[in-house]
Amino acid sequence: MVNQGSNILSYIIFIPFIGMIILTFIRRENVKFIRIYTLLVTIIDFIISVVLFIKFDPDIAGMQFVVKKEWIKSLGISYYLGVDGINLLLVMLTTFFGPIVILSTRNAINKEVKKFMIFYLMLQTGILGVFLSLDLILFYIFWEAMLVPMYFIIGVWGGPQRVYAAVKFFLFTMFGGVLMLIGILVLYFKAGLNSFDLVEIIKEIDLPLNYQMWLFLAFGIAFAIKVPLFPFHTWLPDAHVEAPTAGSVILAAVLLKMGTYGFLRFCLPLFPNASEQFFPFISVLALIGIIYGAMVSMVQPDLKKLVAYSSVSHLGFVMLGIFSFTQEGVQGSIIQMVNHGISTGALFLIVGMIYERRHTRLIKNFGGLASQIPVFSAFFMIVVLSSLGLPGTNGFVGEFLILLGTFLRNKAFAIFGAVGIILTAVYLLWMYQRVIFGKLKDEKNKLLKDLNLREVTILVPIVVLILWIGVYPLTFMTKTEKSVEYLLEVRKLKSERTFFVNEIDEYKIEILDEQVLSQKIND
Amino acid sequence: MTYLWLIPVFTLIGVVLNGLLGKKFGDKFVSWVGPGAVGLSFLISCIFLFKLVFDSPTGDSYIQKLFVWIAAGNLVVEAGLILDHLSVVMIMVVTGVGFVIHVYSVGYMHKDPGYARYFTYLNLFIFSMLILVMADSFLLMFVGWEGVGLCSYLLIGFWYEDKKNADAGKKAFIVNRIGDFGFLIGLFFIFIEFASLDFESVFSMASSRQIGDPVIVAITLLLFIGAVGKSAQIPLYVWLPDAMQGPTPVSALIHAATMVTAGVYMIVRCHVLYLLAPLTMSIVAVVGVVTAVYSASIGTVQNDIKRVLAYSTISQIGYMFLAVGVGAFTAGMFHLMTHAFFKGLLFLGAGSVIHSLSGEMDMRFMGGLKKYIPITFWTFLIAVLAITGIPGFSGFFSKDEILWNAFDKGNPILWVIGVFTAGLTAFYMFRLFYLTFLGESRFQSEKELHIHESPKIMTIPLIILGFFSLFGGYIGVSHSLGGENHFKKFMEPVFRNSEIIANSTSNAENSLGLEYLLMIISIIIVLIVLIIVHQIYLKRPDIASTLAKRFSLAYRVLLNKYYIDEIYHTFIVNPFIKISDIFWKIFDVKIVDGAVNGTANVIQSAGDKLRKVQTGYVQEYALSLILGAVIIIGYFIFR
Repeated sequence: MVNQGSNILSYIIFIPFIGMIILTFIRRENVKFIRIYTLLVTIIDFIISVVLFIKFDPDIAGMQFVVKKEWIKSLGISYYLGVDGINLLLVMLTTFFGPIVILSTRNAINKEVKKFMIFYLMLQTGILGVFLSLDLILFYIFWEAMLVPMYFIIGVWGGPQRVYAAVKFFLFTMFGGVLMLIGILVLYFKAGLNSFDLVEIIKEIDLPLNYQMWLFLAFGIAFAIKVPLFPFHTWLPDAHVEAPTAGSVILAAVLLKMGTYGFLRFCLPLFPNASEQFFPFISVLALIGIIYGAMVSMVQPDLKKLVAYSSVSHLGFVMLGIFSFTQEGVQGSIIQMVNHGISTGALFLIVGMIYERRHTRLIKNFGGLASQIPVFSAFFMIVVLSSLGLPGTNGFVGEFLILLGTFLRNKAFAIFGAVGIILTAVYLLWMYQRVIFGKLKDEKNKLLKDLNLREVTILVPIVVLILWIGVYPLTFMTKTEKSVEYLLEVRKLKSERTFFVNEIDEYKIEILDEQVLSQKIND
Repeated sequence: MTYLWLIPVFTLIGVVLNGLLGKKFGDKFVSWVGPGAVGLSFLISCIFLFKLVFDSPTGDSYIQKLFVWIAAGNLVVEAGLILDHLSVVMIMVVTGVGFVIHVYSVGYMHKDPGYARYFTYLNLFIFSMLILVMADSFLLMFVGWEGVGLCSYLLIGFWYEDKKNADAGKKAFIVNRIGDFGFLIGLFFIFIEFASLDFESVFSMASSRQIGDPVIVAITLLLFIGAVGKSAQIPLYVWLPDAMQGPTPVSALIHAATMVTAGVYMIVRCHVLYLLAPLTMSIVAVVGVVTAVYSASIGTVQNDIKRVLAYSTISQIGYMFLAVGVGAFTAGMFHLMTHAFFKGLLFLGAGSVIHSLSGEMDMRFMGGLKKYIPITFWTFLIAVLAITGIPGFSGFFSKDEILWNAFDKGNPILWVIGVFTAGLTAFYMFRLFYLTFLGESRFQSEKELHIHESPKIMTIPLIILGFFSLFGGYIGVSHSLGGENHFKKFMEPVFRNSEIIANSTSNAENSLGLEYLLMIISIIIVLIVLIIVHQIYLKRPDIASTLAKRFSLAYRVLLNKYYIDEIYHTFIVNPFIKISDIFWKIFDVKIVDGAVNGTANVIQSAGDKLRKVQTGYVQEYALSLILGAVIIIGYFIFR
């Protein structure tokens, strides 16, 4: 393990938290100051994570910048953080969106600004904690803790149906969370290491297949709800539509990735055989999600709902790639998580910008905006192209790798998945056409003002990333390479080992030595 | 050759300059930057052409690797550019014809509010097209492939205020994506088979395969689906006629001269694979020739001048596919080049006509334009003679070579359909020419006052393309006609490794005499058609309408383009939207959410009922306690 003794991960997680505590002492009338202050906190957090990104050694497969301190010794719970190629980019994505989200709230969030900022900073700490925790209990705490601020962000600053949406969001996620907690506890007792240390459990324990299956389900349902995997997705459109722009952005850009990340970090290495068993099942659900999400997206009358359903489709790709268990597919999925964050986050920002001006999101109320607000239309175009995976933009790199990886494992799945690429073009271009092209008919649209400096400032870094990842993705992909390789190898080795355990169980051979086993594998 | 990137880079600079600053610095700035960028690209391409001809007598290709683009697992894709005797032909066509059309656009798009936007897109197109042509791997080619699709989309819908234009752009993009879907799956097969997407290594590995290897057949068929989409062949041609909604120079550049021929180029580039798949080759040839005759038949009755040209383009690309399908790659490329000249010219000429008539596109309201716009008339005439294959004009040499190869290497039936198509081509082209330029004027009289020849900036490009339409064919005069066929010689290095296979199918018995005979037959057919058209459209204009009435069913079917758009709409598009709607409103809202809300309701109402038990009266609690005890005890006693 490298860079030990560095506390940089703790800083990244807790700078927003400390910022939040300080914020509670600031008078809530100082709205302007509060905005600038929060913006600064998120910018500092981003800068530190950039330092992390630069210092991160791509040649190391394991955890880096590890922080491990005993917390509740008797139960084996520790404060354990670490970063590798699998969560590094997600941490970057989270901190990158911090300042962008804060900037985007300038006009959108007007009531209770201070409270909103408090919740936002709390949320960022929670999300970063989820991505960086390597202790199961710590992970669970962050997982649940991040629910609360999100619940309030939707429920307080949301649209007319906000309470229904917030409760639905809370219940869906909570339901998954409870299952996961049971899973964690079963895993803990079954492993018998008196430790919630994820790395250690992965290293030491090979679970029998039937345990793997049940535990996979317990963890998997929690993650599948978050992703959301079809048919657990119905909370998503409601949550997105009712949430304020800032909430939608963070929800789409980062929160959903907690689900896909969970599958990668927990399900694959902990339950290698079960992952194998569930592979066709999950892939089919992902494929249904890709095509179903695209189709439903196509017929939405509401812009925000359209973008929300497009997430179901896009994250189907990510799931497909993860369960290809190939280097190409998994690396593609990781970069696609980032891509989806950038593109869909940007789409929500853009929808928010037009909503702030017109107070409607119905597609039929627009049309012909290109001549009225050309700068807006140009940014919108670039983001749409990125979202539909045009080569040269980020979306293509991810989708191509995912489909290629899937193809290596199952040709039919990849071919069905590729149909999704056609459908994505259909619903996005149709939407763009109805909003931007045509004649400017509605009188209210003739009063629209083009993007201001603040909004351009929000979108420019996003466009830069879209092109950067599209043209030179290696900057990011080299960082993920070794860890993915290692993860896939661990999964494979462990699944073979467990296979032997089961085989031998059948022949009633009860006493087995680890060494005999490993020898068997070497043979 | 470390400077290959110089060829496309200027167009990219043009995109950035015009895109970011064009609006601010005004039209004059844009008019210099846009065509200037392509002009520079053209000059540099010329230098590379000379280098290739003089520095590389053996015909080696030059490859420049720029950087590693994507790497994951076994996949390593480098962004690299290739310059060889094949790509240089395309580069010259793209930058050369592209430059001429850019210049023409300066006049045509004058005072358009989207002037800067137009040249930004047009430069972006040239850039993407150069990437497509110069790519040294399948994946980078795909970047250009989809990039030109994007530009096509943006330019078809350039005047976006009209819904029809935006619809047409969207249709083009989506139909192309269907083709790209096949292309993409083809890439996956290539990777799984050869563990590489690099042209050089894939081709060298493939050349050791057996002829008819099913994997190669699958790969070539899938790549061909991409070509069918991009090059508008049956059944994915439907976007191209609609694409005529874009500005006319765009139709000339993208939808006639360059982009739509990308499919042909791709097959020639992958000829190593295609030669290993005779089944695919036959399919390519058949699709080509059927598309050629099919869309030529539609072209005979259309009234919109640009639509006729659009169907003509589809038909001519069909010829090119016929050529490559029978293994006559050079002939296909030759026709691609001459077609770029004369079809580009036809569109620009049509643009000049439309310009002079203030936007009129219906040929029924034209006629007698000869005296008003003489330069357009004469250059247009050259192009018509070229496309119909009148001896001496460029189209004659290339089309004749295709037809001969179809007979020689393919099948006499292919030749028969090809010659029949040549007759149809002559019919719709002469018809168009007569309706537009000759006979009586049928436009409204007040329009007459405004009719004017286009400015020099538009007529000079016409003259340049006219020159090449007239003389461009002489670089490829075949041996049978006493020529040297420089073009074929120039292209030879490209095919040197697959020569044996390519020539083996040639039927040695076919003599020179037979070749002359076939040539003369096709010339005679074209001349007969010319006489018929002359009779119908100049001498006896009533015959056309009598014929239309006599064969009204056939006429209507042709006029409505075999109702293919309607069929696609009724059987694919509409059901798809309906199903999607049902998915959303029934499955999502009713079933899943219904289940979730239902569970919530059950729990809520159960809680509601249970709440009533909690009355707060101690006596009732005591009563239920006792009752419960009695029941339990009773159960144990009487069980």
